[in-house]
Amino acid sequence: MTTETNAEEGTESTATPTRRSSAEAMASKQREISVSEFFTKNRHLLGFDNAAKALLTTVKEAVDNALDACEEAGILPTLEVEIAEVSDGRYRVRVEDNGPGIVKEQIPKIFAKLLYGSKFHRLRQSRGQQGIGISAAGMYGQLTTGRPVVVVSKIGKGRPAWRLEVRIDSRSNNPEVLNKDRDNTVVWEKDHGTSVEIELQGLYRSGRTSVDAYLEQTVVANPHLELTYKPPKGEAMHWPRVSDTLPPEAQEIKPHPHGVELGMVLKIMHEGGKRTVKETLMEEFSRVTGPVAEELCKRAGVDPKAHANRIHAETVEKMHEVMRASHAALPQQKRFASKIAKSDSTLREELMDEGTGFTPGLADLVLRGAGLEPTQKAKLTTPTQLDHVYDALHKSQVRILPPPATCVVPIGEDLVMEGLKRRFKGEFFASHTRPPAVYRGNPFVVEVGVAFGGELSKDSSADVLRFANRVPLLYQPRACAITEAVLKVDWKSYGMQQRKGELPVGPLAVFVHLASVWVPFTSEAKEAVAHYDDIVREVRLALMECGRKLGAWVKAQDAEKWQRERKSLFEKYINELAASIHAITGLPAEKVKEDFQSALPRHVRLPTTPSDTPPALAAGEAAENDDEGEGEGSGARDDGDDAESASGEHPAAPPAKSAKAPRAANAVRVDAPEDEDEGLYGSAFEDVTPGRVRAKDTRAAAAQKSFRWAEEEVERRRQTKAAAPAAAKKPAATTKKPAARKGGR
Amino acid sequence: MAKKTDKALTEERDKRTLEKIHKLAIEAVADVRAGKNPSLSIPVRSLSNVSFDTDKRVIRLGDATQQRSFFHYKQAKVFMQTFLVAEHCKKLIEEGATTSIRDLYYAAKHTIAGSKENTFDDQSESDPIIEDLEVSIDALREELHLRAENKGAMVGPMTIRDTGDTIDLRRMGSGGWSVPSIVEEGRIEFMKHEAQYVLFVEKGAIWARLNEDKYWDKHKCMLIHGGGMAARGIRRILRRMNDELKLPVYVVTDNDPWGFYIYSVIKQGSINLAYESMRMAVPSARFIGISSFDAEAYKFPSSVAIATNDEDKRRAEQILKYDWFQAKGWQSEIKQMLKAEKKYEIEALSSKGIRYISETYLPEKIKARAWLD
Repeated sequence: MTTETNAEEGTESTATPTRRSSAEAMASKQREISVSEFFTKNRHLLGFDNAAKALLTTVKEAVDNALDACEEAGILPTLEVEIAEVSDGRYRVRVEDNGPGIVKEQIPKIFAKLLYGSKFHRLRQSRGQQGIGISAAGMYGQLTTGRPVVVVSKIGKGRPAWRLEVRIDSRSNNPEVLNKDRDNTVVWEKDHGTSVEIELQGLYRSGRTSVDAYLEQTVVANPHLELTYKPPKGEAMHWPRVSDTLPPEAQEIKPHPHGVELGMVLKIMHEGGKRTVKETLMEEFSRVTGPVAEELCKRAGVDPKAHANRIHAETVEKMHEVMRASHAALPQQKRFASKIAKSDSTLREELMDEGTGFTPGLADLVLRGAGLEPTQKAKLTTPTQLDHVYDALHKSQVRILPPPATCVVPIGEDLVMEGLKRRFKGEFFASHTRPPAVYRGNPFVVEVGVAFGGELSKDSSADVLRFANRVPLLYQPRACAITEAVLKVDWKSYGMQQRKGELPVGPLAVFVHLASVWVPFTSEAKEAVAHYDDIVREVRLALMECGRKLGAWVKAQDAEKWQRERKSLFEKYINELAASIHAITGLPAEKVKEDFQSALPRHVRLPTTPSDTPPALAAGEAAENDDEGEGEGSGARDDGDDAESASGEHPAAPPAKSAKAPRAANAVRVDAPEDEDEGLYGSAFEDVTPGRVRAKDTRAAAAQKSFRWAEEEVERRRQTKAAAPAAAKKPAATTKKPAARKGGR
Repeated sequence: MAKKTDKALTEERDKRTLEKIHKLAIEAVADVRAGKNPSLSIPVRSLSNVSFDTDKRVIRLGDATQQRSFFHYKQAKVFMQTFLVAEHCKKLIEEGATTSIRDLYYAAKHTIAGSKENTFDDQSESDPIIEDLEVSIDALREELHLRAENKGAMVGPMTIRDTGDTIDLRRMGSGGWSVPSIVEEGRIEFMKHEAQYVLFVEKGAIWARLNEDKYWDKHKCMLIHGGGMAARGIRRILRRMNDELKLPVYVVTDNDPWGFYIYSVIKQGSINLAYESMRMAVPSARFIGISSFDAEAYKFPSSVAIATNDEDKRRAEQILKYDWFQAKGWQSEIKQMLKAEKKYEIEALSSKGIRYISETYLPEKIKARAWLD
C-alpha cells in the first residue's frame, strides 16, 4: 500500500515541473567549498560525531602526532596527557611530549590548517596520515567553546619556547595567530618538546571506547613509551617504559607491482617522461630489478627501451595485467577441484571467486593459456585440465620479491608479549609476526598476540585489541577487517569455546596490529580497517599460528590439571588408607604413608617443575623450591626428549634460563604418555584389562619379595608391643555374649 | 561339651579371617614398595561370571576377577573404603563383637581429614564393599562378624538354641521366631523336633494365615517365610535343616517371574552371592506353587488373574534362558505364563475360601507330589 501511494505522488510531482531558478542565479551561489567548511559540516567523518568521541579523538590525534614526531626525530617518547574538567561538559585536553618541537612559523599551519602535514605525500608508515586530525580537533574545540588551540613548543636547549594561541578560519582554511602582536616566548624547563592544549565540549566516561581504554592500549602497542595520564577524576597513572629501543625508522618506499592499481601505473608511466619503460619500472616501483622489468615488458609486449610516456594506455593496461597476475593465487589444487566439482558456474567465475587477485582479464588469460574456454562449466574440468590451469597461472607470473620489510615497522614478537603482559595478568602469552605482505601495492605486516587465562574474564567474549600503526582502534569493531579475521578463525580447535560467526568466549585477549605504509581505513575517522582479502588472510594466518601455540598450551594445561586432580585425590585417600593399614597390620602409619606418597610420581604424570606452583610462576620459583627432591632446576631441562617434542609446539618459548618469570608460561610442556597404563586424559586408559593376568603373577612375585620386609616389620612391632597378638587371640571368648556391642567408634 | 567345640571352632575361624585381612593389607604395602599399583582382585559378581554346576545343581562363581587399584582415579576411594571396612571387621573380630552392616557403615563413616568429604555417604556404598571383601578374601559375612537385619520368621515343632537361649518354636505366638542373619553352628543349634518337612512361603501374610491355622502343627512341618526374597539367614537355615535334619524343603511363591526366581535362589543360589551357593543352596527344594497350570487345575475364578505387564514378560523371557531353568517342567511352566499372559498371587487361593490353602491346596499338592523340581 505504501509503495502505491508513493508511486502516485511521484507521478504527480514530476508531471509539470516549474522553473525555479536560472543558470545565472545559480552561478552566483556557486563557490569553492573550503575543506574546513566541508569538515565542519561533516565532522562525524573525522570522529567528532558526539561529545564522548570528540574527547577521545582529540586525545588520540594529539598523542598520535606526539609519538610520530618523537619517533621521526629519534627520541624515546615521554608523554603527559592531562584532561581537566573546566566546567560541566567542558574539558581541557593537554598533551605534552619531549619531541623535537616545531619551528615557530609552522605551528599555526600544523595546528590550524586542515590537510597540512608532512605525511600525506609519502608512502611510509606513520600514525597520522592525512594531516587532518590535530587541526580538526582544534577546530572542533574552537566551534564548541570558542577557545583557540594553545601550543607551546621549544626546539632545543637555549632556544626560546613559543606559546601561540592559534585558530582556524573555517571559510578559508587558513590559520590565525591570536597573540601574534604580543611577546609570545615563555619559560619552559624542557630542552625540547611540544605541548598542545585544546578546550572542547566533551564527555568523559569509562568503557571500551574511553580515553582510558585508548591510552591503556596505546601503552600495549608502544613498549618504548613512557606515559603519565591525569584523568579528570581519580589519581594520575604512570606507565614506565618497558623497552629502550625505538622502533626502527620506517623507510619510504615506492609502490610494489603486486596489486598496484591501473591508474597508478598509468600515472607513473605518464610521468616517466623520456625515460625508458624499463628505467621507469625500475625507478618507480620497489623490488623491480632489471631482469624483472624486462620480463614484465616481454610479457606485456612492450619494448623495454620505449619511452615511458609514449606507450599506449592499452599496453599499460596489459602491463598492469601482468603485474596483477604475478600476485594472483589459487587455493590448493585439491580443495579447488572439490569446490568446482559441485559448481554450476563457469571457470572464469570460479577463478575469480576462489582465487585471490583475479580480474576477469587475468582469469581469461590464465584459462586461455591452459587451452580452456573461460566460459566452460567449471564442473566439467578434468584433473589434467586443472593441472594446465595451475601451470598456466604459474607461467604467467613474474617472480617479484615481496616489498622490503624496512618500510613497515612491526612491534616485534617479544615486545608484543611484553606489551600484553603490561596490560593483562594472564597465564599464557604468545605472539607472531607475519612476513611482510601486500595489498593493492601497499606493503603491510600483521602481528598478533594472545593472552590467556589468569585474571582475564572467563565468561565474556574474547577481548580484541585492534591496532593500526600502533594506534588502538576502539570504534566499529564489527566493521573492521581485523574482527572479521578473528571471527573466521576456528578457535574451537585451539580449545576455546566459540559459536559460529561469533567471537570466542573465554579468558582470552587477542592483539592484532596492522602496520602498513598506508592503512586502508573504512572512513576518514580511522576507526576500522577496510576488508581487503590480503589483510584478512594475513591476520587469520597469524592468529592461527598463535592459536596453535595456545591450543597446545591449553591441552597441556588440561592434562596437567587432570593429573593434579588425580594427585590430590590420591593424597587425600593415602592418609585414610595408611591409617587402616596401620590398624590392620600394626605397621607404622607414617611409614606406610611415606611408601604410598613416594609412589605417587610413578602414577601421576606432572611436569617436573615443583608440582603445586601455578605454571606461570613455576620457573620463577623453581630455584627456591628444591625440597621435593624432584624439582631440580627448571623442568624444561631434565627429561630432554619430552621437553623437546613439546617446545616444538611453542616456538615462542624462550630457553628456560633466559626467561623472566612470567615468560615461563610458554615453556610448560606436555608429558608424552610413556606408560601404557595411563594416558594423558586418564581414566579410560587407566589400568587396562589385558595386563591383568600378567600383573597378577608379577604382583605375586613382588609381593613375595617385599613380603619379608613387611613381615619383619610386623615381627619387630610385635616384640615391642605385646598388645597386638594378645588382641588377636581374644575374640573367641566373646562369642558367648554378642549382646555386648562395641562396634563403632 | 558341644559348646566347647563350638568355641574352639569359632576361635579357629576368627584366626583364619584375621590372617586373611592381614595378608590383604601387607600385600598392598608390598605392592607399593615394589613399585606396583596396589590392587585387589575381586571376583566379578555378575551373570557373565556365574555358571550352573549341573552335577551339584548350584550356581557357581566363575574365575573372572576385576582389579581394584589404589592409583586409579575412579577406584582410589573404593580401594580405601575396602581397607576401612577390613579395618573395622578386624576390630570386631578382635573384640568378639558382631554388628549389623548398618552399624559398620556408621562406625567407618567419618570426614576425611583436610576435606569435606565423608568416607561413606550412604550405606549403599558400604554394603557392596562388604560383599567385595567377602569374596576377595574368601571369608563369609559372619566370619567378618557382620550381620544383616533379621528378616523373615519361623515357627514349627522344634526346639532350638539361639546363642545359648533355648527357644521352643511351637510357642512363638503369632509373630514367630525372627530369623537372624547369622544362623551358623555355634550360634543356632537344632534340638528336639517332630518336623517332617519345611514349608517356605514367600510372603509374611500367607505365613501368618497358615500359622493362625496351626498348619505346622497339623502337618508337622517347619513354617518359614522370607518377606519376599529369601535373605542369607533364611537360606542358610533352610540349607541346614535340609542338610542336618534331612527335611525336604517345599516352596510356595506367587505365580510370577519374581516368585520363580525366589524359588531358584533357594534352590541353586543367586548370581550376586554365587560364592555362597555351596553353603546356602538347597538343590532338592521343590516348588509347590503357585503353578501356571493351577488356574485351570484348581479352577481359579478368572477375576483373580492379573495380566502380565511388559516387565513381567521381559523378566520371564530372561529366566527362561537361565541354565538352571532349563528343566522341561520349568520351560513349560514359564512358557505357559507367557502364553496365558496371566499371573497369580498366592492369595488367589483365598477366592476358594479362607482355609483353602491350608486345608486343600497344600495337603493335596504335597500328597500328590505335584511339585516342580
